[in-house]
Amino acid sequence: MEYHDIVIIGGGPAGLAAAVSAYDAGCRDVLVIERDERLGGILNQCIHNGFGLHTFKEELTGPEYAERYIRQAEERGIKYMLRTIVADVSPEREILYVNRDEGAVRVKAGAIVLAMGCRERPRGALGIHGYRPAGIYTAGTAQRLMNIEGYMVGREVVILGSGDIGLIMARRMTLEGAKVKVVAELMPYSGGLKRNIVQCLDDYGIPLRLSHTVTKIHGKRRVEGVTISEVGPDRRPLPGTEEFYSCDTLLLSCGLIPENELSKQAGITLSRVTGGPEVDDGLETSAEGVFACGNVLHVHDLVDFVSEEAARAGRNAAAWVAEGGSDRGGELPVTAENGVTYTVPQRIRTDAHDEKITVRFRVNGVYRDKYVAVRSGGAEIKRLKRRIMAPGEMEELTLTGEDLGKCAGGITVGLED
Amino acid sequence: MFDYDVCVIGAGAVGTATARELTRYRLSVCVIEKEEDVCSGTSKANSGIVHAGYDPEPGSMKARMNLRGAELIRKLSKNLDFSYRQNGALVLCFDEADRPGLDRLYERGLRNGVEGLEILTGEEVRKREPAVSGDVVAALWAPTSGVVCPFGMTFAFAENAAQNGAEFRFLTEVKGIEKAGEGYVLHTGGEDILARFVVNAAGVRSAEMHNAVSGNRLEITPRRGEYVLMDREVGGLVSSTIFQLPGKMGKGVLVAQTVHGNLLVGPNAVDVEDGEDTETTPEGTDEIKERARKSVPDIPYNRVITGFAGVRAHEKGGDFIIGEIPDAEGFFDAAGIESPGLTAAPAIGEYLAGLVAEKAGAERKEDFISSRRGIPQVAKLSPEERSALIAERPEYGRIICRCESISEGEIIDAIERNPGARSMDGIKRRVRQGMGRCQAGFCTPGAMDILAERLGIPVEKVTKNRPGSELLKW
Repeated sequence: MEYHDIVIIGGGPAGLAAAVSAYDAGCRDVLVIERDERLGGILNQCIHNGFGLHTFKEELTGPEYAERYIRQAEERGIKYMLRTIVADVSPEREILYVNRDEGAVRVKAGAIVLAMGCRERPRGALGIHGYRPAGIYTAGTAQRLMNIEGYMVGREVVILGSGDIGLIMARRMTLEGAKVKVVAELMPYSGGLKRNIVQCLDDYGIPLRLSHTVTKIHGKRRVEGVTISEVGPDRRPLPGTEEFYSCDTLLLSCGLIPENELSKQAGITLSRVTGGPEVDDGLETSAEGVFACGNVLHVHDLVDFVSEEAARAGRNAAAWVAEGGSDRGGELPVTAENGVTYTVPQRIRTDAHDEKITVRFRVNGVYRDKYVAVRSGGAEIKRLKRRIMAPGEMEELTLTGEDLGKCAGGITVGLED
Repeated sequence: MFDYDVCVIGAGAVGTATARELTRYRLSVCVIEKEEDVCSGTSKANSGIVHAGYDPEPGSMKARMNLRGAELIRKLSKNLDFSYRQNGALVLCFDEADRPGLDRLYERGLRNGVEGLEILTGEEVRKREPAVSGDVVAALWAPTSGVVCPFGMTFAFAENAAQNGAEFRFLTEVKGIEKAGEGYVLHTGGEDILARFVVNAAGVRSAEMHNAVSGNRLEITPRRGEYVLMDREVGGLVSSTIFQLPGKMGKGVLVAQTVHGNLLVGPNAVDVEDGEDTETTPEGTDEIKERARKSVPDIPYNRVITGFAGVRAHEKGGDFIIGEIPDAEGFFDAAGIESPGLTAAPAIGEYLAGLVAEKAGAERKEDFISSRRGIPQVAKLSPEERSALIAERPEYGRIICRCESISEGEIIDAIERNPGARSMDGIKRRVRQGMGRCQAGFCTPGAMDILAERLGIPVEKVTKNRPGSELLKW
């Protein structure tokens, strides 16, 4: 069986950044396996700008951002395979991949980096009633059809969900001549970035209706319209608030789900909250030598953070291979509480590798002028003021070696007044 | 003078099964279908259960066709290569007071000739199916019950019928029927079709066809049933099909692991006006979820991947109407085919084809092809077999649908079969592309392009099903 020091599953922004950093950390035998026909992943269809402000200190489009990493990978001579799907991953780090040229092939990996990304929540999972006609797309599918294939998916559009892709597509479809009638959002707040609401909806006069949802789809063959209803605090539609919007297309931007089918095959422990693997501060999963980064780990809103996280995963995977494994010493569990929905990592090793540990988290509502408190064994380790926090924006804090020295037992991260 | 010896109206499970059986004889056979493909009406949205046969009234057509149909499906699933699994069924009883009902079902089963029936105690039921409710006091166990792929079976019948010379005409809607000499003329909006014999397998529209030629009117009510389908990861919650004691509107809500491993809950039964009314509703979905919870309390409804509704043809007499219409010679009904219609389909086909052949005095062909191979399910092969197949045809190595691991080669096969897929739904039902947890989010663009290329049409003409359901909007 062929062997590679590091096999990276997924050649999107996470996989590429992990590959480059693993190489730079001294690992020369890195293989990236990508299912699509090109590297770059979902960035290839994100032709709008706004990428790279943190990483490159300039504003790039998605394909430009991807291109920078593809070039770095190619300059280093990192091996990659396209149009190749990983069908199976075992806990012993054996991978079965399939492609046209080689058939089904098993390879053994020293370490694995999971970078498979995420998928969109489909209509069925949202429980929208009515008919099942053509013209219902997840926002990302519509984005791919328009931006990669060059196809127009609709003329009169209603968007359900105010996730970032939905907001971006509201603008994109408007620019292509479609009429976007309304964006309905079930929650009393948007799931997307504030800047996208301003630049994609407000600037084009597209109404955002919070606490509203689609309650019925009309049309037997192609969408002919949707009914939108207001929802109460329990998020159930309020009778009598139904409004009909005629349209030929319904786009859904109602959440992203990390794609962890392979992780499950490998027996990796997943978080019930993020849907991604539970990891330590080195981004190592419950399976030894298997690391995870990017949207397969937890859904990010900025690719810059994906790149940073993936670089850490790549570096740690290289160290793992060089050292022939890592000694799993003591670990401190990190628990989210009081308005914090989750943290990544979920545990920190007492002999943590990095000087500074980045802890990313999300909150469960819109909060103003709150403190983020890190506590351990009754003591306050850190207390950070935040002017505003919202579920659509990922938050982070840094713990230093000194901070960890003060920890006794488990760590909690929560909001306080 | 006739275009065909026999014209079958409707390319559902019953129509295709009948067409296949008819091709055993020296008869020219045509199947006409108003939709763009086989399996587009009642046959596409149902429970996919091969019923054991304890439910229908002894002596009824339903009982007779059910038993024979189940027997045929077991055999045909091998010969015609479609998915079938005999998983057994439990009919749950929640109250000692209902025990007589359970006993009656058992007795009826015995009279119908169902094998292996047993009455189990609540404890025995939970030992077999740990997820079943603690409230269950007893159950009927029917080991011969099974699950089948309703699409797979119908496509198998259609393809085998075509192999044996049956012709298919799609997007051909029968708008009127008249007696014409010894036979019938079918008005289709396009050209008229002249047939010596007609088989009416028009599903929810079978009364309309019947009433066009007969004075003894049939009354068929479209009866809608909603379902929710869950991820394959939770399909193993139950292994056998879980029913509740039946009521007057049918067999009630079931919980089952489909032949493909998904968890299925449904249906309810709501009479509707329009035979194409396949809307799902909040009330209907809530109803089936709640009623299924009575059987299996912890159904993971947060793992639902889709909901759908189907419409079955309920005839007011309550039994299948099968046979030549007394006042319309040469016109054969397969009307009012509701549950257990899917199970009964091959038996109805066998029976009707026999009647038609007898009437026609047609002889059996010696060169009838009785078996057919399905499209290979590449992801289910061992890595070695998979590699061998890919070496032969590289398209089997390019995965288009990630959730169900469906390759480009399988999608091309779906289009190139006869009758082949003409729409996205046609591909989906043949090879399961887009039926997984992302519900075609990732694979729609790829499958669209393959379909356009293979059909030689511009991509904006690609439809979800019949014309009017174009995916793109220029």
